[in-house]
Amino acid sequence: MIIGLDTGGTHVDAVIVEDGKIIDTAKKNTNKDNLFISIWETLEELLKNKNLNSIKKVNLSTTISTNAVIEGKNNPVAMFIESGPGIDPSNFTCGDYTVFLNGYIDHRGREIKPFSSELVHKEAKKIISKGVKAASVVTKFSTRNLSHELAIKNILKDYGFSPITMGHKLSGNLSFPRRIYTAYLNSTVYNSFNNFSIAIKNAFINKGINIPIHILKADGGTLELENASIYPVQTILSGPAASVMGCLAFFNLNSDAILLDIGGTTTDISFLADGVPLLVPNGITISNYPTLIRSIYNVSIGLGGDSAIKVNEKGEIVIGPKRQGPPMALDGLTPTPSDAMIVLGKLNFGNRKKALEAMKIIGDKLNINPEEMAKKIYDKFGEIIKHKVFSLLKEINSKPVYTIHELLYSKKIKPKKIIAIGGPAKAVSHILEEKFRIPCKVPKNYDIANAVGAALAKRTFEINLMADTECKKLSVPEMGIYKNIDNSYSLDKAKKDAIELLIEGTKDFYVDYNPDDIEITEESSFNMVRGFFTSGKNIRVKAQIKPGLIQRIGGINNA
Amino acid sequence: MLKAKKRLGLVFFPAFDWQISPTHPEREERLLYTMDQLKEEGIFDIDGIELFNPVIATEKDINRVHFCYPDVNTKVPKSHLISAGGAIRAAEAVLNNETEKSFAIVRPPGHHAHRIVYGDRGFCIINIEAVMVEYIRKKYGNKKIAIIDTDCHHGDGTQDIYWNDKDTLFISLHQDGRTLFPGSGFQDELGGPGAFGYNLNIPLPPNTGEEGFLYVLDNLILPILEEYKPDIIINSAGQDNHYTDPITNMNFTAQGYGKLNEKLNPDIAVLEGGYSIEGALPYINLGIILAMAGLDYSKVKEPDYTPEKVSQSEEITKYIKRLCSDIYSNWKNREALAEKLFKDKEYVIRNKRIYYDTDGIMENQEEKIKVCSSCSGLIIIKSKSDRGDKLLAIIIPRDGCDSCINKGYELYKTTQKGKFSKIYLQDKVNDEFFSKI
Ligand SMILES: [Zn+2]
Ligand SMILES: [Zn+2]
Repeated sequence: MIIGLDTGGTHVDAVIVEDGKIIDTAKKNTNKDNLFISIWETLEELLKNKNLNSIKKVNLSTTISTNAVIEGKNNPVAMFIESGPGIDPSNFTCGDYTVFLNGYIDHRGREIKPFSSELVHKEAKKIISKGVKAASVVTKFSTRNLSHELAIKNILKDYGFSPITMGHKLSGNLSFPRRIYTAYLNSTVYNSFNNFSIAIKNAFINKGINIPIHILKADGGTLELENASIYPVQTILSGPAASVMGCLAFFNLNSDAILLDIGGTTTDISFLADGVPLLVPNGITISNYPTLIRSIYNVSIGLGGDSAIKVNEKGEIVIGPKRQGPPMALDGLTPTPSDAMIVLGKLNFGNRKKALEAMKIIGDKLNINPEEMAKKIYDKFGEIIKHKVFSLLKEINSKPVYTIHELLYSKKIKPKKIIAIGGPAKAVSHILEEKFRIPCKVPKNYDIANAVGAALAKRTFEINLMADTECKKLSVPEMGIYKNIDNSYSLDKAKKDAIELLIEGTKDFYVDYNPDDIEITEESSFNMVRGFFTSGKNIRVKAQIKPGLIQRIGGINNA
Repeated sequence: MLKAKKRLGLVFFPAFDWQISPTHPEREERLLYTMDQLKEEGIFDIDGIELFNPVIATEKDINRVHFCYPDVNTKVPKSHLISAGGAIRAAEAVLNNETEKSFAIVRPPGHHAHRIVYGDRGFCIINIEAVMVEYIRKKYGNKKIAIIDTDCHHGDGTQDIYWNDKDTLFISLHQDGRTLFPGSGFQDELGGPGAFGYNLNIPLPPNTGEEGFLYVLDNLILPILEEYKPDIIINSAGQDNHYTDPITNMNFTAQGYGKLNEKLNPDIAVLEGGYSIEGALPYINLGIILAMAGLDYSKVKEPDYTPEKVSQSEEITKYIKRLCSDIYSNWKNREALAEKLFKDKEYVIRNKRIYYDTDGIMENQEEKIKVCSSCSGLIIIKSKSDRGDKLLAIIIPRDGCDSCINKGYELYKTTQKGKFSKIYLQDKVNDEFFSKI
């Protein structure tokens, strides 16, 4: 049995899944001031009368880190930043104290100039005396050469700084500004997350349950609690990922698809490419901080069942982006799409008379009878989604390419199916089918999709290996590897090493190991020529344990 | 998050799967470190900087500019069509108002490609700026366009294409042709009878530094642009003037390129040469991008930069001052000079030798331009390659008068097939292209 739990804005949902079957579910209200209590109470209810020994694993999608960032309940952080030439690093100032160091590592990872350790000592002493303990260390191109970050960290450690986040450990991808922000966020949410992780761990131990606890990440994979406690920033914004993984759990999808989570105020849009969730190209943005955190592509628009409907000066119907209370059918004051769908008999709740009244208010402004008005609004609801989805697809399908081969042949996403979840999903599925001219499926148990998605998600991991045989260096920043190689190192060897490292890096936690989940996502090898001779190879390999499900939910929902 | 003061579109296409040969300067690795630097700097995250993929230039786009022998499909590889397509996309982004300015960081380059194309010269087969410029004119109307070629080599191909077109002001600053390929680009090469003075060459002495380049810009190029009043300014942005470039001898810098682009304020920049792929390109491209986006580039410096490295001698400073004043006076007196040279002439004839260094072909050309009072004049080129091919190319200019149009068609029709390997007619008035074997 596996437990999955999702923390939403209003509810905490939990499920137990075994062999593709949902065994039981539990639901509690979210107590925003004490998420641990909400989560633990939900789990306790779920675990009532269960054989605790048969539980293998628990996967939690929490909002602990996310809320800490958004609400600003954070540790003060000292940032140690080394940039070298380029954009003025003061543009990326964050945190409470920033120390700019004068060393420099270039694009190939060569040390051009050492940093002043005196300056680090001087500033460290000053900052720690002010009671600031959390620190982040970020150098430009640290993914190519982590030695400066490591050396600075070692100095800070002796002054009692903790946590100390090093940029290179968070992601092997390039982007100095994003590395700065990600490292800052990691240190700043550290305490909030650790308070939670200690509490949840103890709660399980006190109950006599000793199983792996995993936390869901924004890329739809999980991370064991021990690592999440060191890198809590990896757990931000996992909600949409839970929902996407949930959709995947209900259907056997191998084609391109549109995933819609249609709620009261918003509609979340994601995509599948050949059945695999599409990720954002660089990393997710939270509270205006662009990060290097891998994430499932998810765009939220202000359109839902309860969106307020108005008629503008031009006589056009405008739906959303704000919600102004419940639908009129539920005694609200503003007409909503739900009212229209109630009038059309597509939704069955509330007072239909009041819903008709809502349509009359809008219809009178446009000289249209209430039933016709309801149809128009229903149509417009579908039209808005279609318009947005098409513009997103256009953007996605024109993503930058760097080779002639990619320009001529790179895959374009062409959705063959829509999966919709959420309150109004069933009601709007007809108009979506009409607008998109592809089938739209709505799973039965969509209200627990997020918890199911969390339960069935797998451990994911990505590494970036770079080998420069002229410099004779190999670097795998995510694993803290920076070592010497000889000039016979090849692309084949790099791919082999990357796969071995992925397995090694996750083996202690990777209970669901499956060799098919490991893939090389990017590979290249450039001949480096100096003068008229080949002086080395510049080899780059990106490998991952891909996001996916350990199993699907069987039965009537299978499509 | 940084926000660009001027919206900038980037076509960044490093063509990582294309090279002339594994050890050639134009190899797969060329823009690798530039990409790394741009990604690490977070350039693509800057609000207002947007990436566009290249389109693929069509045969028709190429035939508006060139006479490819035997034809476009045989002579122009995909890589070059994409590079030209990258320039086209950059131009479209500006002219469709998707962005304010754009920079096409594409390869291979194009500014050594002349009107007639037998093969590859100076790593270029087709002239990507010219293909872009003619595309702009076709789609957006006949704009007045200034091309400022800041590559270290003379933009001899662009000069050839716009030699007799005064709607295109071509200014090339480069290392003196007596010391570098292609060996042309002297200040007395001023243009044909229809555009005399609208082709300006600024041959700079080896070891010219930041000071010299910026002097030329401030004291010659900017004043001329002020007078010419172009609708569009294009920087043919070669980066081989850099002090670390392995195939040239100049002392320009990333800071200098930044300043140059800030002052020149081009609407569109297109990468040309530049082969110091590690020590220069990552920093120059970063500097140009920031400058074009109106952002601070003052901290963009090469790792080994020192002001002494790029200072120039007093002698060079003096030489450049005199050069600028000579060239400016040519510009000022262009009409009088033209009058003297072309008055009462029916045709102006030039003979040229063009060497295709990459492909090892030698071409001999006779270019005959009609001196016409109603238009810039019909152009007739007879070309012979050392491979035994003979071509006739007839160009009816965009402003072609009825008489020149008729003469062009007449000549095309009446020239017997057997005399040439191929006969071409490029009718720029009607955007038509004909050829016969
Ligand atoms: Zn050049
Ligand atoms: Zn004429």
